[in-house]
Amino acid sequence: MQIALTFIASLLFGIGLIVSGLANPAKVQNFLDVAGLWDPSLAFTMAFAVITTALGYALVFKRSKPILGEAFYLPTANKIDAKLLIGASLFGIGWGLVGYCPGPAIVAMSLEATQTMIFLAAMLTGMFAARVLQLLFVPRPITQPSPSVKNV
Amino acid sequence: MIATEFTPYASIVGGILIGCSAVLLMAFTGRIAGVSGFISRLLPPYTDNLIFVRLTFVAGLLAAVPLYTFVTGSAVAHTVTEITELLIAGGLLVGFGSVTGSGCTSGHGVCGLARLSLRSLAATATFMTTAIATVFTVRHILGV
Repeated sequence: MQIALTFIASLLFGIGLIVSGLANPAKVQNFLDVAGLWDPSLAFTMAFAVITTALGYALVFKRSKPILGEAFYLPTANKIDAKLLIGASLFGIGWGLVGYCPGPAIVAMSLEATQTMIFLAAMLTGMFAARVLQLLFVPRPITQPSPSVKNV
Repeated sequence: MIATEFTPYASIVGGILIGCSAVLLMAFTGRIAGVSGFISRLLPPYTDNLIFVRLTFVAGLLAAVPLYTFVTGSAVAHTVTEITELLIAGGLLVGFGSVTGSGCTSGHGVCGLARLSLRSLAATATFMTTAIATVFTVRHILGV
C-alpha cells in the first residue's frame, strides 16, 4: 500500500511539473530572467503549490500519525546555519545555469535527451560527493523520526 | 534563449497538482515530498532500508511523461541548453547544493514553506536570489 501510494503521489507530482511548465528548463530560466524574457507563470505554480500543501497539511496534522505509516517524519533541524545557506546558494546557481532542479530532471529523463542524461550524471555525482562529505564531517542524520519511533 | 508563453492557468493547475501530491504523501506515508532527499538517498552510503520506496518515487516521476502524452496527445514542452559545460556545472551544483542545503525546490520551496519553516524560508529566499543572479549574469553580462 505504501508503495502504491508513493507511486500515485510521485506520478501526480510529475504531472504537476509538466502541466505547470516547471519541467521545461527554458520556462524556468525565463521565470528567473526578471530583467529579460520574464515569464512569471511559475510564480503562480509556487504560490498555489504552497497554499494547497499548507491547507492539506493543516488537515493531515490533525491526525496523530499517517494513514499507512507509523509517524510523521519531519525535519527536526531548526537552525539557519552556514551549511544551509551555502547549500541553497550553490543549488540556486546550478538551477539558474541549466533550469533543471532534481524533480524536473528525473521527469525529463523519459524524453531521452542527451543533455538530460549529462545533467543527471553530474547531479548524482554532486549528491554523492555531498553525502560522503556530510557523513565524514557531520555524523548525524538530517531528518529524525518524530518521538522515538523506529524508522521502518 | 527563447521566449515562453505566459500560462497562468496551466501553471496554477500544475501547482495545485504538486500540492495535492505533497499532501497525499504526507497523509498516507508521513513523508515530505522532497525530491532531492528521495534521489540522493538512493546513492550509498545507506543509512536506512527505504530503497524500494525511493525507487518507486522515481518510477512515478518517470511515468509522468508517458501518461501525459498518452492522455493529452501532445508533446511535453522541453528546451534545454546544449552547452555540455553548463550541463555538467549545473548538475554538480544542483546535486551538491541540494544535499548540503538539505532540500531543493520541492522540499524547501513547497513543503517547507507550507509548514512555515524558517529554515526553508531562508533556503528558498537564498536559492531564488542566486538563481536570478545567475540567469542575469549568464544572459545579460556574459551573453551566453
